Amino acid sequence: MTYQAAFLALADPTRRQVFEQLRHGPKAVGVIAAQMPVSRPAVSQHLGVLKKAGLVADRAEGTRRVYYIDPQGLASIRIWLDQFWGDALTAFKAELDKEGSGK
Amino acid sequence: MISIAPVRKQVTVAASQQQAFALFTEGMSRWWPATHSTLKSPLKQYVVEPRVGGRWYAVAEDGSTGQTGYVIEWQPPQRLVLAWQLSADWQFDPELVTEVDIRFIAESDSSTRVELEHRNLQRMGERAAQIRGMVDAPGGWTAVLESFKKCATA
Repeated sequence: MTYQAAFLALADPTRRQVFEQLRHGPKAVGVIAAQMPVSRPAVSQHLGVLKKAGLVADRAEGTRRVYYIDPQGLASIRIWLDQFWGDALTAFKAELDKEGSGK
Repeated sequence: MISIAPVRKQVTVAASQQQAFALFTEGMSRWWPATHSTLKSPLKQYVVEPRVGGRWYAVAEDGSTGQTGYVIEWQPPQRLVLAWQLSADWQFDPELVTEVDIRFIAESDSSTRVELEHRNLQRMGERAAQIRGMVDAPGGWTAVLESFKKCATA
């Protein structure tokens, strides 16, 4: 698995939202789909891509299958942090610009 | 040992070094992306206590708090190093320390370059392996089960 594969997998905004849904713990496909404006098969498909990129893993829990962020897949963490700090600094700059123009 | 490249970002802002440092620290609640919080309730405040060893934590609207880390270096207005102690599964782990090193470089009186580096990310993986090791070690679950077995059969 390469960072590049993982980056590509997260380039799709809907897929990124699916990934973000798993931040607070493992979830079943149906639970993820219920919180998003996309169909269950679409969510399954996104999860398949994320799994192939090494970003998420799955396991059987009773009769359903739950997905979780693979904590050993450090690539996922790095990608998340890379995007996060990018967003954070952009917001930081925007706030300073607002402050400056308000004077 | 797995090595993982640090995350590096930079931004140039139209503000003095002092203003930039102040907004980054005291004013963190004003710009921290609200979508990125480990708390269940919406984020109300993000606090960096202004001293070495000070806590770095979030306060949610329902009053609950969640620690992100602590202040490693406090050198206003040039540099700030924060410990990011969230594990790979987003839990606060006091044994885990990854560093966020932020430098504020004055380019002029009204322009500052902010360079950020988040490093030692591989520790998240090492720590996860360590926790798994503890659980698997003789003193971990095995000991608990042994003691349970003793009580149950006594």
